[in-house]
Amino acid sequence: MSLNRFISRALSDWMKGGGPEADIVISSRIRLARNLMDTPFPWVATKEQLETVISKLAAIIEKSKNNEALGRLELIRMDRLNSLERQVLVEKHLISPHLANEARAGAVILSQNESISIMINEEDHLRIQCLFPGFQLEEAWNQANSIDDWLEINLDYAFDEKRGYLTTCSTNVGTGLRASVVVHLPALVMTKQMNRILPAINQLGLVVRGIYGEGSEALGNIFQISNQITLGRSEQEIIEDLRNVAKQLIDQERKARQRLMESSRIMVEDKIFRSYGILSQARVIESKEAMQRISDVRLGIDLGLLPGVSATILNELIVLTQPGFLQQYAGQMLSPEERDIRRAKLIRERLAEQMDLN
Amino acid sequence: MMQCQECGQRPATLHFTKIINGQKNEYHLCEVCAKDKGEVLPGLNNSFSIHNLLSGLLSFEPSGVGGGAAQIQTQRCDRCGLTYSQFSKSGFFGCAHCYEVFGQRVEPLLRKVHSGNVIHHGKIPRRSGSRLQLKRELEYKKKQLKRAVEQEEFELAARLRDEIRALEKQWSNF
Ligand SMILES: [Zn+2]
Ligand SMILES: [Zn+2]
Repeated sequence: MSLNRFISRALSDWMKGGGPEADIVISSRIRLARNLMDTPFPWVATKEQLETVISKLAAIIEKSKNNEALGRLELIRMDRLNSLERQVLVEKHLISPHLANEARAGAVILSQNESISIMINEEDHLRIQCLFPGFQLEEAWNQANSIDDWLEINLDYAFDEKRGYLTTCSTNVGTGLRASVVVHLPALVMTKQMNRILPAINQLGLVVRGIYGEGSEALGNIFQISNQITLGRSEQEIIEDLRNVAKQLIDQERKARQRLMESSRIMVEDKIFRSYGILSQARVIESKEAMQRISDVRLGIDLGLLPGVSATILNELIVLTQPGFLQQYAGQMLSPEERDIRRAKLIRERLAEQMDLN
Repeated sequence: MMQCQECGQRPATLHFTKIINGQKNEYHLCEVCAKDKGEVLPGLNNSFSIHNLLSGLLSFEPSGVGGGAAQIQTQRCDRCGLTYSQFSKSGFFGCAHCYEVFGQRVEPLLRKVHSGNVIHHGKIPRRSGSRLQLKRELEYKKKQLKRAVEQEEFELAARLRDEIRALEKQWSNF
């Protein structure tokens, strides 16, 4: 299969980029945790009870095969996928590592453009997730909310007047809502402002973390911001708070980019073009370096320094160069060394294809 | 087999969740890297034991609430069978009914996790939400009926009885 065909089949909508503020906001996600009233939560339930949960959802999907609002939905059982296929779904942010590796009777419902994913028998019976490109929290919420209403027609949710939607872990009870945005903040990192900004955001009841890399490091300068509190505030309030903080971050990042270009343009250009040179020429590249270089190149695109390169390159290459994806594309398991070679090759080819298009 | 996220070379044999600043992070490590990072915990199945942080909060409860500590620990949800001790160790509820069984005792935990909030202020499910309203209306009318009978207002009582019957019919159709 040609790289182009493989990629067009491999990309979820959110990875193709676009949406408002797409130069900084990579994606917006809404997740709703829901459980069924009369079934023990997944970690306590028997395998049989969990199978019943899947059957109930399969029946709902079957009944509304041609749901015009949602498009075609497909239910995929985890035990029907091999470990590589499951890993690819994790790398596309459609399922969690927990569902991929540990859930008994786990399954996922996916829409065709993969903007909807409903995990079944993860930590909770249902995790409804809507993932949109760019800054579209409201849109993602509207979609998740209507899916929730639609499912509830046929399901008795565990809900309590006082505590709201009941969840396995007390950190999700109430709305069961986790709203998040993934942002690319290279200039704030370069100007060392994140150490000042992170505590301030934490104080507002929001959590910031790198989504790639360990501990406090954020590979590729990519951060996820999400709400921490799910109880005692309405969905609208939670989303509004997150949106306001994200807006300020976007603003700060834009200012930092501008200031960087004013104060040290030549240094910034050098960094960006070096990274571009490495990505378009390297024969071996490990994932950590690739992430940083891709981030630099993406910044170059956003600053108008690399006119020939598509702005979706960051979203796309970061997912495509993860271990699962590389192995899926190769059609075989690869050692870490082989992956580094394949990764360099894929990035080279992808950048060359882009230049050919111009 | 999943690879260790740290070295990417050995199979990951330790899978666990850690809560840092209220955010859950999943870890998949091989034994070597886990030892390096000081993540080896007693007992190898750590999937839920990392909810130590939550269980730490649960042990904060005031002593002397309803009998001795041993009695509390063995209190059990009659639907899913989870004991309070299992709950406080994992920080996980076993079913919807657990919230009632362990209800009062989890308030301090909820307060800590959700910045002082313990009452839901968000969405109410459409269908079961309207059933909830019906249930409340039924309870209210039954109370009124009892009072009407006590006060010998038989006309009112008869009307209420009819209304309750109608509501009960609606209830059974849900
Ligand atoms: Zn390792
Ligand atoms: Zn229970």
